Amino acid sequence: MVKTLREMTEQAEGLSSGHSLCAGCAESIIVRQVLHAVGQPVVVACATGCLEIATSRFPTTAWNVPWIHSAFENAASTISGVEAAYRALVRKGRMPEKNIKFVAFGGDGATYDIGLQWLSGALERGHRFIYICLNNEGYMNTGIQRSGATIQGTWTTTTPAGKVVPGKPEWRKDLTAIIAAHHIPYVAQAAAHAWKDLETKVEKAAAVDGPAFINVLSPCTRGWRYDPSKTMEISKLAVETRLWPLFEVENGVWRLTYKSTAPKPVTDWLKSQDRFGHLLRPENEHVVESIQRNVDREWAWLQRQCSLATVTA
Amino acid sequence: MTLKASERRRARSATGRAVAINGATLVAHAMRQIHPDVVACYPITPQTIITETFSEFVANGLVQTEFVAVESEHAAMSVCIGSAAAGARTQTATSGPGLALMWELLWVASGSRLPIVMHLCTRALSAPLNILCDHSDVMGARDTGWPILFSEDGQEAYDNAIQAVRVAEHPDVLLPVISTQDGFTITHGIERAEILDDASVRSFVGEYSPHRPLLDVEHPTTYGAWDYHDFYFEHKRQQADAMEKALGVIEAVGQEFGKLSGRSYGLVQPYRLDDAEFAVVVLGSAAGTLRSVVDDLRSRGVKAGMLRVRVLRPFPTKAVAEALAGVKVAAVLDRALAFGAPGGPLFEDVCVALTTNGVGPRLVNYVYGLGGRDTLPAQFLQAFEDIRRIAKGASAQPVVRYLGLRES
Amino acid sequence: MSQDWRKVAPGGTVTEPGSAVTVETGTWRSSRPVVDYDHCVHCMICWVFCPDDCFQTENGKLVGVDYFHCKGCGICAVECPKKCISMQEDVLA
Repeated sequence: MVKTLREMTEQAEGLSSGHSLCAGCAESIIVRQVLHAVGQPVVVACATGCLEIATSRFPTTAWNVPWIHSAFENAASTISGVEAAYRALVRKGRMPEKNIKFVAFGGDGATYDIGLQWLSGALERGHRFIYICLNNEGYMNTGIQRSGATIQGTWTTTTPAGKVVPGKPEWRKDLTAIIAAHHIPYVAQAAAHAWKDLETKVEKAAAVDGPAFINVLSPCTRGWRYDPSKTMEISKLAVETRLWPLFEVENGVWRLTYKSTAPKPVTDWLKSQDRFGHLLRPENEHVVESIQRNVDREWAWLQRQCSLATVTA
Repeated sequence: MTLKASERRRARSATGRAVAINGATLVAHAMRQIHPDVVACYPITPQTIITETFSEFVANGLVQTEFVAVESEHAAMSVCIGSAAAGARTQTATSGPGLALMWELLWVASGSRLPIVMHLCTRALSAPLNILCDHSDVMGARDTGWPILFSEDGQEAYDNAIQAVRVAEHPDVLLPVISTQDGFTITHGIERAEILDDASVRSFVGEYSPHRPLLDVEHPTTYGAWDYHDFYFEHKRQQADAMEKALGVIEAVGQEFGKLSGRSYGLVQPYRLDDAEFAVVVLGSAAGTLRSVVDDLRSRGVKAGMLRVRVLRPFPTKAVAEALAGVKVAAVLDRALAFGAPGGPLFEDVCVALTTNGVGPRLVNYVYGLGGRDTLPAQFLQAFEDIRRIAKGASAQPVVRYLGLRES
Repeated sequence: MSQDWRKVAPGGTVTEPGSAVTVETGTWRSSRPVVDYDHCVHCMICWVFCPDDCFQTENGKLVGVDYFHCKGCGICAVECPKKCISMQEDVLA
């Protein structure tokens, strides 16, 4: 049962104020929501990235819960080790069963790219943990470089919009589908503004006996080039333009968790952020068309997955 | 260090049984007896025997260890870091490229002060691909903040594996430890050895009581915070301090182990060095061959001796200098190349040990046994011939020489 | 924390959870959210969307804003369904 916001205000915060994430960053909003939904006791692992750097400046920590950072690529195997230790110590009678939850956070660089093998291995081994990808579509901690989650046409510092190449040439990988192909108990895609949807998904993820994965879009005011106050508006626009559909795959059954009555064209999304500014010039119209085609193709594929699942369910 | 005869007799009567098995299996038995909470491993030649044998112990319920069969060595060390921080006694095993893949995390483990034990079956590094023994892998880990123990044979690999736990977890140390055995020569060589009884080993290693582990959820602790210029240096100085203290701990643990088993190794093992004029310095399994070479030379009236360095890190500077103080010329044997360096890794350490302690046999350096090249008595005899000629005035140049290399 | 290297927490562990609250991030701000409590319905949307957990609550009611930590991003003012949060110019002390 999803908690109301008022109920959540009565709960302990897993992440304290005083961290140094940018004003308007979605990451801490998502982390707060996730930890409220998971509840305590919980142990958290973080990949190297904005969240890790901003919350663990020695000799202080913003974490009110047990927390570990090891390296960039290995948050999934680090939390695997914590979970394995818990199983061993309980089995050996060295600590009581406490129903501890295990959560790992990684950015899209850590998850789509450098840490994909580590995540895949941990999912295949079946550790009981929730992996949350904080997807801000690029390497923001190192200064806005392209990742496997960055969409075509995006300006980043390694895909600058130049005279010959108008931003990133390639589309993006469908990581959520790749994770779903591991056939783990729970996989979902979520967004920060849809807090109730995110809470529901995290609660489902926390309830399964095995690995769970949630890919959460995390708008980045610095890298996406928009006013910090617009973080939730931008997040909502990603869903309304179908660039970031909200869905879940529960025990192999695909289901949309939000369907817009009036979907918007991707140009609305592109216009909202200065990282796409160059795409609005006439000579780059073909890039915009290509982005729309990719979004439509992915949406059609997702629709098909959902209809298939309904039949088999 | 030597035990009193009475101590040795008492120890022997309290111990286990003789077996004839290879070094890797012996270490797997040590792991079974230590009974770690978590073991994370990935198969790689020549270490695979350890992973396979330990998997059998798990499959047959001989241990309650959580065995995590990971998808790479980098993940193995990542799992170990999570597990050790969680408060579990944690081990892994690897070889050559596997250790190289872990390299980033060797620093994370030592910097986070996590007492993981790694059983390293030494192997050459690519390219060209080679699965056989040399020490290139461990030399890459030499300065990563892990105490490193070298074994001469399977028995010592077993004994060191047990002692490594106590060294790593000692409150003055709290560092991860590498215990090595030479690939194939020890890992696959069948020897007669003694396995202690399970209860003695368990009582020797004792219970692990970590400080503020992650799983102490009532006292939330942050592991792996980021240090800026204001604290990183202090943390590194602490690691250096822990490493300095590890030397005394290794000695003390070794003595205690000697009382249990009748076998005690010290930091270095001098062989017929007391009145030696000519000596070789060596790490690992080649020491066995060298003992027979030294005996052969002694029988012919040559004052030959050997120094086996058991502890590579922390380097027992003083013990090495003392052992070699009376020697005229010494040959330091390196089973690894340090390309472009003044000499091999062990050679450089021995040079510094002698210089800083103001004693000095003349030194030359021999690189031998790379990529599993046979290490034959004739090669070592050649080294002794050379240093005897140097003592009589022959040139000590070049400083770095090669044994057993195809050369016309 | 002592100046001597021996006294620093080994391994960089931090044993005081949430100690980052001592870090003032309110100095980043150029404008501050001001709540019109007469029109606030205590829906807690500002609370859930605040990156810095700056909305103080008591028994399910919004009672204040933590300006020691508020970075002035303005998400709360944009998202408030009752439009009862306004961003007002901050004055340098």
